[in-house]
This record gives sequence, C-alpha cells and structure tokens, in this order.
Amino acid sequence: MDGVMHFEYPIEGGDFFNAGTASSQVKKILKKLNVDSHIIKRVAVALYEAEVNIVAHAYSGRIYVDIDSKKIIVVLNDSGPGIPDIELAMKVGYSTASPKVREMGFGAGMGLPNIKKNADLLNITSEPGKGTRVEITTFLN
Amino acid sequence: MNVLEVAKLLDAQIVSGPAFPGPDIERAFASDLMSDVLTVETDKMMLITGLANSQTIRTAEMSDVSCIVFVRGKKVSKEMQQLATELGITLLECSSSMFKTAGILYNAGVKPVY
Repeated sequence: MDGVMHFEYPIEGGDFFNAGTASSQVKKILKKLNVDSHIIKRVAVALYEAEVNIVAHAYSGRIYVDIDSKKIIVVLNDSGPGIPDIELAMKVGYSTASPKVREMGFGAGMGLPNIKKNADLLNITSEPGKGTRVEITTFLN
Repeated sequence: MNVLEVAKLLDAQIVSGPAFPGPDIERAFASDLMSDVLTVETDKMMLITGLANSQTIRTAEMSDVSCIVFVRGKKVSKEMQQLATELGITLLECSSSMFKTAGILYNAGVKPVY
C-alpha cells in the first residue's frame, strides 16, 4: 500500500451498547487490506480492550488509526479521570472498574496487560483529572 | 464436529448463524469473563458462556470465535442476534449448566484450548 491511510472514531464514555464498534470497523479495514490474520487479531484485541477502557472509565474519547506499508499505529485519547499510577494499573488483577463494567464481562484487571501482550510497542501517558493517551504500534513484517 | 451435531448433543436451539452445517468445531473455551476470552490465542474456537450481552458478541468477533453456546438458559436478545448474523457468528441457547455443557462436549471429542 502507498502512503498513509488515516481513520478516526469518536467514543462516548458509558456507551456499552456501542463499545467495540470502532474496533470492528478497523478489523474490517485490515481484512480488506489483506493484512495477516494473526496480526489482525492482535490489533483488534488490543484496540478493543483500549476502546472498552474508554467506555468504562472516561467521559469521551477519540481513536486515531494510521496504517502504512510497515506498521499500524493506533492512538486513543480520552477525557477522563486519568491513571494516577500507570505502573500499578499495568499489574494483572488491579482494577478500578465499576459493577456495571464487571457485569459486561470486564474489569478483572486484565485489559492493560493484554494490550501490552498484543502490541509491539505500547506507550501510555496520563494526567490525573484530565485524561489518558494510549499509543499502540503493530509492525506488519 | 459441526453445529448441528453440537446442538443435538446439548439439546440446544440454534438462534443465529450462517448456512448450516456452519463452522467446524474443534476446540472450545468456557468462561463468563470476556477479559479471559480475549487472552485466548486459538482461532475459530467455540465459546461456552453464561454472559449474554452485546459485548459477548463483540468479544467473539475480536477473538475470532465462530460459535457461542449460551448456557444456564440465558437468552439471546434481538440486538445480539442481529450483530451475530452480520458477523457470521453462530449462536446457540442451552438450558444446561456450563459444567454439564463442557463435559458433554469434551466427552464427544471437542478439545480444550489449553
């Protein structure tokens, strides 16, 4: 593929009915581009976990997806409470999820570690009281 | 094993899915926790769960799950059915417990993912 393909998706906090819609659309795009199915699954799972995190914890957010011939970069920016201690949040089992989030089958403190597992590069920055930025890079080769 | 054979073994109702006999089922994973399902690397497996909501279908989509069996009498909503049809995911409803369902399928040769 030539150049860079760019896509953006708005996310609404608390909207569990539509959670995963953006990840679904990105997965369909990657399938159309004939990306390797193993790579598609890694991107889809990491993105879905991160999208659900915005719905579960933030007020609103936006997903930016850039695809070129070598890599897929997904950036998720949200306005929300932020993560005061990212190192602690990365630990398996640590969760601040609400009962509603747990009812949906999440909130077990497994999301961020699973994003890390499925990403080639992961960069998380956060400002408590303002929001969080998650950047997931996946190489195509 | 195909979906028709699974439905017969479990006395389950097929409520959504592509043209029969549907996907071939070799392996299955049982959980109510979608976070656990998202850590499984096996493709084209069957999910056995008692969690019936739209995120169950989305989790299946991201995890390349081709078939979901809802146990303990959990019902599939119209929205879930519509989404699964759009994504080509087969849905079954079964009144048995998760333990019994997994046991029947294991005895019939369906393999665990780990």
